[in-house]
Amino acid sequence: MPAVKKRPPREWLSRLLDSLLPVFATLAALFIGAVMLLFLRVNPLEAYKALWDGAFGSSNAIAETLVKATPLLLVALGICISFRGDVINIGGEGQMIVGAILATWVGLTFTTLPGWLVITFAMLAGFLGGALWGGIPGFLKAYFNVNEILSTVMMNAIAVQLMNYLLRGPMIDPAQAELASKIPQTAPLLDVFRLPRLVPTRLHLGALIAVILAILVYILLWRTTLGYRIRAVGQNPHAARYAGIQVQRYMVLALLLSGAFSGLAGATQVYGVNYRMITDGSASGFTGSAGFNGIVAALFGQLHPIWSIPASVLFGALLVGANKMQRMVQVPSALVIALNGLVVVFVVSSEIWRRRRQRQRLAAADHEEEEPPRAETGRAEAGA
Amino acid sequence: MKKSLWFISVLALLSLVLSACGTQAEKPAAPEKFRVAVVMPSAINDLAFSQSMYDALVRIQTEMGGPEKFEFVYSDGMFVVDDAAAAIRDYATQGYNLVIAHGSQYGSSLQEIAPDFPNTSFAWGTTVDTFGQPNIFAYEAASHEGGYVNGVLAATLTKSKVIGVVGPIETGDAKLYVDGFKAGVMATDPTVQVNVNYIGSFSDVALASEAATTHIAAGADAMTGTAQMVVGAIGKAKEANVLWFGTQSNQSSLAPNIVVASQVYHWEVVLREMISLIQNGTLGGKSFTANLANGGEVIEFNPDYPLDANAKALAEKTIQGIVDGSIKISLP
Amino acid sequence: MISDLFSVTVLIGILASGIRLATPYLYAAIGETFSQKSGVLNLGVEGQMLLGAFAAFYVSLNTGSLWLGLLTAMLVGALMGLAMAYVTVNLQAQQGISGIGFYLFGLGMSDLLFQRLMGTVETVRGFPKIYIPFLSDIPGIGEIFFSQNILVYGAYLLVPLAWFVLNKTTLGLKIRAVGENPDAADSLGVNVGRIRYFTIILGGTLSGIAGASLSIALLNVFQQNMTSGQGFIAVALVYFGAWRPAGVLGGALLFSMVNSLQLWMQVKSVPIPSDIAVMLPYVLTILVLVATVSKVRAPSALTKPFEREN
Repeated sequence: MPAVKKRPPREWLSRLLDSLLPVFATLAALFIGAVMLLFLRVNPLEAYKALWDGAFGSSNAIAETLVKATPLLLVALGICISFRGDVINIGGEGQMIVGAILATWVGLTFTTLPGWLVITFAMLAGFLGGALWGGIPGFLKAYFNVNEILSTVMMNAIAVQLMNYLLRGPMIDPAQAELASKIPQTAPLLDVFRLPRLVPTRLHLGALIAVILAILVYILLWRTTLGYRIRAVGQNPHAARYAGIQVQRYMVLALLLSGAFSGLAGATQVYGVNYRMITDGSASGFTGSAGFNGIVAALFGQLHPIWSIPASVLFGALLVGANKMQRMVQVPSALVIALNGLVVVFVVSSEIWRRRRQRQRLAAADHEEEEPPRAETGRAEAGA
Repeated sequence: MKKSLWFISVLALLSLVLSACGTQAEKPAAPEKFRVAVVMPSAINDLAFSQSMYDALVRIQTEMGGPEKFEFVYSDGMFVVDDAAAAIRDYATQGYNLVIAHGSQYGSSLQEIAPDFPNTSFAWGTTVDTFGQPNIFAYEAASHEGGYVNGVLAATLTKSKVIGVVGPIETGDAKLYVDGFKAGVMATDPTVQVNVNYIGSFSDVALASEAATTHIAAGADAMTGTAQMVVGAIGKAKEANVLWFGTQSNQSSLAPNIVVASQVYHWEVVLREMISLIQNGTLGGKSFTANLANGGEVIEFNPDYPLDANAKALAEKTIQGIVDGSIKISLP
Repeated sequence: MISDLFSVTVLIGILASGIRLATPYLYAAIGETFSQKSGVLNLGVEGQMLLGAFAAFYVSLNTGSLWLGLLTAMLVGALMGLAMAYVTVNLQAQQGISGIGFYLFGLGMSDLLFQRLMGTVETVRGFPKIYIPFLSDIPGIGEIFFSQNILVYGAYLLVPLAWFVLNKTTLGLKIRAVGENPDAADSLGVNVGRIRYFTIILGGTLSGIAGASLSIALLNVFQQNMTSGQGFIAVALVYFGAWRPAGVLGGALLFSMVNSLQLWMQVKSVPIPSDIAVMLPYVLTILVLVATVSKVRAPSALTKPFEREN
């Protein structure tokens, strides 16, 4: 957050436009989507009305949007940390799964403890599970030069099979083990272990936890030595090493923390939404692809923990609304996925205008004021 | 210049969208029309689990007199459990008479949603569990029965005495079918070896195909498999001229020369009963099984495959045996 | 039983299917190697493969010409590459994220077109096996190496070709220079943008072929999401191979053969749970990389957009 001094009104407007840029880009993508809808002989206005209704049309819709946004935000917070540390974590899916497994195990094992204690332990277990699954690629990168994209892709696949194995074997619901159908799911959590709901909708405490953590991550990144060092390593590892920072250690830490937040996202999905773990054999069946979409949300939020909050809500709204659109006008769900892809491409492409204006502002300020915080997407200039 | 043009078009669209929000017309549903919504995990044209339900709904629609009398909407590709839950709740809100959650992974969500809509009927498959709630029907397929018949046929037709099975994950409907198949083979010819490969995925067509190739290399001359990724395996069977036994939907169209028979789910048998119960005021609490006896499962022989008359007679005798209870299938 | 695994049939089976399974990975990963060498990370490979697979299948089915199908797949892949190039070169978008966007677009679009244009799963007669005279008659070896279809041979010919282009031609030199130090390359008169356009479009084209190799050569069907994560594995294999075509080949073969091994383990009733068996190729790929600690660095400018300093 830049310190607000006296600025010319033009600049204020320009900053406002910047923050609305993802919204404009989304609308532009939906415009192309409208053409596709016309090809499917669907009235785009009717379709987008449904999309809007699904995302914001009622209190229940808003709650659903926020429920969807919660894991996105948690994953995004982790991504803010790892991308700032210049490590690319695309293992969010696996980290969510392992975090959820550990958290579920806590809830199914310590059934005699009070609810608040189990929930606390479970969230910690989720955090730990994710940290483990993110820490391994971090460790391998730092000490064995194993690229993190490779290891996280592989670890995602491993986590899925681990989940399948546990849910149809050692952790299967005892009731299902008796039946011929043997649905691969764990026993349900006790009612007292559920994350409390905030209003009479599906909106649960996890959303609040995520927002609080967003503030904590902001403090971590910009107000602590640890955060400073992670960012320093990310911006220029050579300079950081020269300054006496143990680069390896902070690489591991960045991935570990990033995984931890994804693991927590997995834990909140179990304790706030599903109340048990179920697998359909794929990662996304459980995660809803939040491990990937969270990356997108983080980038929409310019890799800033606070801005990631509205960005996650926007993206969550799009996901929830698009499903509603699918139901109301009966378009194939495939269109919804393609549309999501377009939105991502458009938003990420629109960044260039923000960067350009940022540079113009810089030039205008003529170095008399302090430099605004360098956004990660500005790494191009740093690296070039 | 270009930029401003872009902005204007976006704003124009935005205003259109917003103006559309005002012009909403509530269309009241005709009272006698029966309305069904279904949520499915894969695509309606997967030649497997989801398609079996879609086809059944189309048949019911024809029976009941077309879209005027029977309307159905669907959400397919709902593999994200959480999204499916939102869809189920939303359809219930919209006042559909029956909301079908066509996937065993949706059960937990349904258990939570159903009590909020006491006037809506829900159906959940494949399972037997109605959670003791008055507005949930449960349905399942006795897929081991058709599996058993396929197994008997396969054991009769194999010459190499090796049979290959390609499955997704070792659980649920897939496991039930495979176990039934194995039982059928063993009951017919215990010297036949059944090799089973679970590939750990419902979508990896390439690995399913390679699993089939592995079976063929291991000497299999008859194969079966379940779930939507088996189309890859059927392709390999076709190339190698290895017999194939289908399940869930009729898979003859993919390889007319080698598909011997398919166990096809005719969910309309179950749906018909549910619909008449709902029309008479019972919204749930019962569990249904589609099986060979009630016609919910049908062994559809492929007319293009020259099936030996003796083998066909044996298959029909087996079906009869399962129907009248003289054949008991023992599962592991 | 484990002892059953040690037989000639199994060995030949593993090698032959390893070679087949590696084919799509090779096309896609070699393409990705080119774009990464020039400094562009393309995470959209999976989407390009899916669209390529559909295009090849649909055109082959309707025209009866496999070559026309292959050509369409290449064209579609190239178009996806062109879009990616515009977004990452001209608009300087964050590469990883735009790649995810293109992946989602390809995933949805291929399925949508499939549902609208075909509606049901069908099969085509794909590229036939070509038996290389004499060589294919050698017991074992012949079945493994010399009885495959043309796209399989093509994938393996691509490896030395890619090595040659990258290391022995001026174009390769330019590509590497652009990926290592775009500023220096630029000051020497290399058009950084044009080189990256070339590599990204090439990568897209090869991903299109990768998709086609599945839909009209190896599997001969199309189904929604049929690549099932192979595009991401292909990207991972580029890192495994440390940006060298031979290394990519090694990684693709290792991954594919272990995958084939685990299928055989299940067939031979080796007593481990199927899920654990399925994990094997992923675990082993990581372990091998750990065991052979590599000192190779990524291209310095990888993921960094280039902008001329004025």
